[in-house]
This record gives sequence, C-alpha cells and structure tokens, in this order.
Amino acid sequence: MERIPIIKMGPFLLVTIQVDMHDRLVMALQEDLTELVSATGARGVLIDISSLDMVDSYIGRMLGGIASITSLMNAYTVVVGMQPAVAITMVELGISLQGVMTALNVEKGMDLLRATLMISPDQDHGIDREE
Amino acid sequence: MEMAKANTIRLMSEKMDELLQHWIELHLTNLSLRKDMIGNENLYRQSKDFIEAFVQAADGADLEDINRVEWTSVRKILAEISTNRSRQGYSPSETASYVFTLKEALFRLLQKEYGLQPDILIQETLTISKILDKLGLYTFETYSKAREEVIYRQQQEMLELSTPVIRLWDGILALPLIGTLDSGRTQVVMENLLRGILSTNSDVAILDISGVPTVDTLVAQHIIKTVSAARLMGAECIISGIRPEIAQTIVQLGVDLSMVKTRATLAGALKLALDMRKLTIVQIGKA
Repeated sequence: MERIPIIKMGPFLLVTIQVDMHDRLVMALQEDLTELVSATGARGVLIDISSLDMVDSYIGRMLGGIASITSLMNAYTVVVGMQPAVAITMVELGISLQGVMTALNVEKGMDLLRATLMISPDQDHGIDREE
Repeated sequence: MEMAKANTIRLMSEKMDELLQHWIELHLTNLSLRKDMIGNENLYRQSKDFIEAFVQAADGADLEDINRVEWTSVRKILAEISTNRSRQGYSPSETASYVFTLKEALFRLLQKEYGLQPDILIQETLTISKILDKLGLYTFETYSKAREEVIYRQQQEMLELSTPVIRLWDGILALPLIGTLDSGRTQVVMENLLRGILSTNSDVAILDISGVPTVDTLVAQHIIKTVSAARLMGAECIISGIRPEIAQTIVQLGVDLSMVKTRATLAGALKLALDMRKLTIVQIGKA
C-alpha cells in the first residue's frame, strides 16, 4: 500500500503530503505518525500540505485528530502551507482546526515549534542526546 | 400577402426622401430635449441606411421572422443605434421611439397613397405594424443588454477598487474595508487577503473596518470566516477600526469576537502587529 514518508529532523517529524489524500492514506499516516512519535520521542510534528489543493471534511477532521493525538503524546502539531482555496473550503465546511498550530511554510513552522518548546536552533539535537 | 409586401416596399423606396424627412421630424419632436446629443446629419445618415437595409431585406425575405439571415444588416444597424443610445444615457422610451416613429411616418404615407382603398390600407398597415413592432422590441432588448453590460462592468470595477491589500511592513498586511460587506464582496476580500498573505509571506494581517457603515450578524460572521481562513494558512488577523457604536452593536447582537484580536484604531492594530513580530518603533532625537 502507498504510504506517506515521514522524515525525522532533529526533535521534529516532517510530513510532506504531495499526493492526493484519500481516506485510507490518511488513516495510515495517522498510525505511522503516532508510532514514530512514540518511538522517537519527537516534540513537534510538521505537516506540510502546500501541494494539496483539495480537502474534504474527513481529511480536515483527521488533521485535527492527528493534532489531538500527538498532543496527548506531548508533541505539538503544526499544519503548514495551506493554500487559500483549501483554507476557504475548510472554513465553509466549518472546520477551523481549533487548537492546531498553523504556519505559512515549513521554515516558519519550525521557528514556531522552537519558540513554543523554547529550543534554540543550535540545540536541535539535544533531545536525541538525552535519550 | 405578396401583394401587400410588394406595395409597401415599392412605396418605401419610391418615396424614400419624403418618408425619411417625415420620420426624422417626428423623431426629433420626441427627442425635443436631446437635439444637442445627436447630430442631425448623423441621424439622417443612420436613418437612410436603416430604410435602405429594411427595403432590401423585406424585398428578399418574408416579413414574419426578423431572425433570418436576410435581416442581419437591419438588426446590426438597430443594435448599433440602441447600444450607442444606452451608453449616452438615453431613456428606454426615447430609444424605442426610433422605430416606432418610423411606423407613424409610414402610416401617413400609406394613408396618403391608399386612402381610397381601405382593403389594401388595412392589410398594409397590419403587415408593417407587425414587422416594425418586432424590430422595436429588438431595439429594446439590445438597449437593455447594453445597459446590463454597463452595470456589470461598474460592479466589477467597484469590487476591484474596494479591496486593495496593502503591505504595511515586512510580514504585515493591511486591508482597509470600505462600504457595505455582503457575501459576494466578502468572498473577494477573503480571496484577495489569502492570496496576499501567500505572495508576501506575511504572518500578520490587519482588517480595518472603519469604513464599514454597519456591522450585523452576517457581516460579523463573514469577518470571523475570513479570520479563520487566514489562521488556517498560518497568519494572524487583527480587526481594527471598531467604532464605539459598532462595538455596542456587536455586543448587543451577542456576536462573540473574543477569539479575534481587535483594536479601536489602525494605529493600535499596527502597534500590536509590530509587537507580534517583535519589532518596535523608536524616536531618533527630538522631533
């Protein structure tokens, strides 16, 4: 089965979605991501959806779900790079992703995570060494 | 039928000058206030073209259906006249009267010619009246079509004009809203703002509503939607320009804007935006 790759970058996990999301793919992503968060002790998850130009209510809800699950496991989720059309659709569908952090691009998302976790850039690998 | 057609058309081409003169006289009395707006000579030329085209078309085709190919040139002249007049601000009846006065002029001509032969006169009148009524309606249709085009263009221009996205500072956008917000406009505002956020990579956007005359639940809902959409993209929105009376209405309506950052003035919003971006304005020396 097709899977979305998850890249580990220091204390963060980066997911770049570049294919059309269908329901099973999102389910698989949720499973892989939670397992990886638990295995690596990652403190932040970045989901880059900048090349996604369509969402439905299910996928919108799943994004919120992933954020809630990771926050239970002590990791913050940032959704980055949402396209204007997607944002309008989400609002019209009534999904406002309350409690999920958002950023314009991966770079800003990473800055946001660092600021939230109070990690300075040169400390990025600190968590790895602790373990 | 064939007889009648031949009669009228023959009469029209034979007495063209008389008809033309009479028609223009009648038409100008109707347009008494507008003589300045349309040159006499121009009108004369146009009308002559029209009658010539009419005679030619009526000669070759039946008089029942003006949508046929033979009538193309007649329709073209009429369309040109009514479109021009609609743009110049003529009233609908002034435009339609162009064709209807021709009817009057033609009837007089027919009466003079066939006054003693009521049978022919009635038939001629009927045929002519039918076709000219159709042409009159056609004129009216083109007139309103041209009007609609004007209205549509103005509407588009207003939409474009009313939603500029301004870059105030690195990463700070402002969107001054002026005039009533309806769903159509909000859609444009929202799209412009989101596109602006993306293209300038801004993380703070200020929506200034000083120019919005009233805020009701619908407008508030539109604003909340815009703010949520911007937030989904990763930008923060600040609403500024909330006048005292608007603040009162918002509370009285029970609209909850607590999750949106609000400021009374644009200056206040700019200050907040700079704070959010960890920037500050300092005075250098004495002013």
